Amino acid sequence: MRQSNAYVLIFTAVMTIILGGLLSLASVGLKPAQTLQVELDTKKKILGAVMDISSLKTGEEVLAVYQKRFSSTVIDINGKPVEKDAKGNPLVAEKIDIQKNHKVSKDQRNYPVFMFLDENDTSKVISYVFPMFGSGLWDWISGYMALDSDLNTIKGVAFDHKSETPGLGARITDAEIQQRYVGKQIFDGSGKLVSVMMVKGETGKAQDEHHVDGMSGATLTAKGVNVMLENYLSSYTEFIKKQKSESGQSALAF
Amino acid sequence: MSTETLEQAIVKESEPLLSKRRRKFVTDPLDDDNPVTLQVLGICSALAVTVKMQPTLVMAIAVTLVIIFSNLIISLMRTLIPNRVRIIVQLAVVATLVTLVSEVLKAYAFDMYKVLGAYVGLIITNCIVMGRLEAFALANKPYDSILDGLGSGLGYSWIILAIAFFRELLGSGSIFDFKIFAAVGWDSFTTNGLMVDPIGAFMILGLIIWVQRTKNGYVEH
Repeated sequence: MRQSNAYVLIFTAVMTIILGGLLSLASVGLKPAQTLQVELDTKKKILGAVMDISSLKTGEEVLAVYQKRFSSTVIDINGKPVEKDAKGNPLVAEKIDIQKNHKVSKDQRNYPVFMFLDENDTSKVISYVFPMFGSGLWDWISGYMALDSDLNTIKGVAFDHKSETPGLGARITDAEIQQRYVGKQIFDGSGKLVSVMMVKGETGKAQDEHHVDGMSGATLTAKGVNVMLENYLSSYTEFIKKQKSESGQSALAF
Repeated sequence: MSTETLEQAIVKESEPLLSKRRRKFVTDPLDDDNPVTLQVLGICSALAVTVKMQPTLVMAIAVTLVIIFSNLIISLMRTLIPNRVRIIVQLAVVATLVTLVSEVLKAYAFDMYKVLGAYVGLIITNCIVMGRLEAFALANKPYDSILDGLGSGLGYSWIILAIAFFRELLGSGSIFDFKIFAAVGWDSFTTNGLMVDPIGAFMILGLIIWVQRTKNGYVEH
């Protein structure tokens, strides 16, 4: 009886329905918590680029600070705001998947910009956060770069990676490495974009305003970071120029 | 079926919950019959996730839970499962449990989910899990199967935690991300890049097997 074809068929069918149902239930039931986690992860990274977030213990705290201190917009490569995606749905900067976005050609991408507002005067932008995406040695790397209100000096960076070697390339997520970018400048004196390069080798010495000390044994990851910064900063250049001339004008108006 | 009737004859009705026979289910896989060092199963994940202690601990807990629950479920169904499709039934149960673990991690421990990523999914192919189902759960009662799963899970866990301990200590100079050498004032400690590589795990695993075999007097047949 236990070996008959009919029994086997019925058994497998019933088992499939039970297990399948169980998985669907779990998937539907856990969906809100998972979406929240992904959102929290993004916002943590954005916040991490402009401030020390180690004092924010719970997810609610992170979301509350983000809600209060950040506004966002989406722009195209010419620095013009984009409000709707190709299908006509409204674009939300926080919901843009920078990994998917990266696959589109450079001038077709939607570029989210996050603005960190003054604690007391929310009409004043203290710093701008630009997300970026690229390739490390083994898999993707991504980053958020925060610029001061002069749109030239780096306020902070937050890098992430999928599978760089722990202890070598994975060090780009260490606070110690990210600290090296703080205070560096992305434009030269004449206003030309030069980005910031991580040098080869770890000297422990201070570098000029366009270079940071390298990571020993992780030259290829550093190269990936350099390419990513250059690539995305050049895409944001138009927006930065516009922003600068606008703030110049409003300063004149006062 | 024959093994089961045989066992029912031996086991008395009032066997204590942790009789000597049952204790052996838990203690044997810790040393004499360790799934990793003696049966050489589950090597893949023992190399892949043991760079740092914290993800290793999560992996150890996940694998132990999956072994215990798949053992329990298969043992409960053992009189119903048609012999011809038993492997696929086991696989379906294990895959369901692993997917549940992965979904729960994604919802409540997102940082760990990002670190462990594909390796949680690969618990499905961890030979220890299927091995215990085939060798034990299909022929034994639920409670015994739980103990057997617990034993194998703990046997796997302590080995990968031991490997991770040495790899993180020598490869990153830390334990659970706490910079141990910097804390004791030894700032010039040079980390060993080999330990960060899977090769480091092979070497430590080899040393553990060596020590264990010397201690237990293992002879190659």
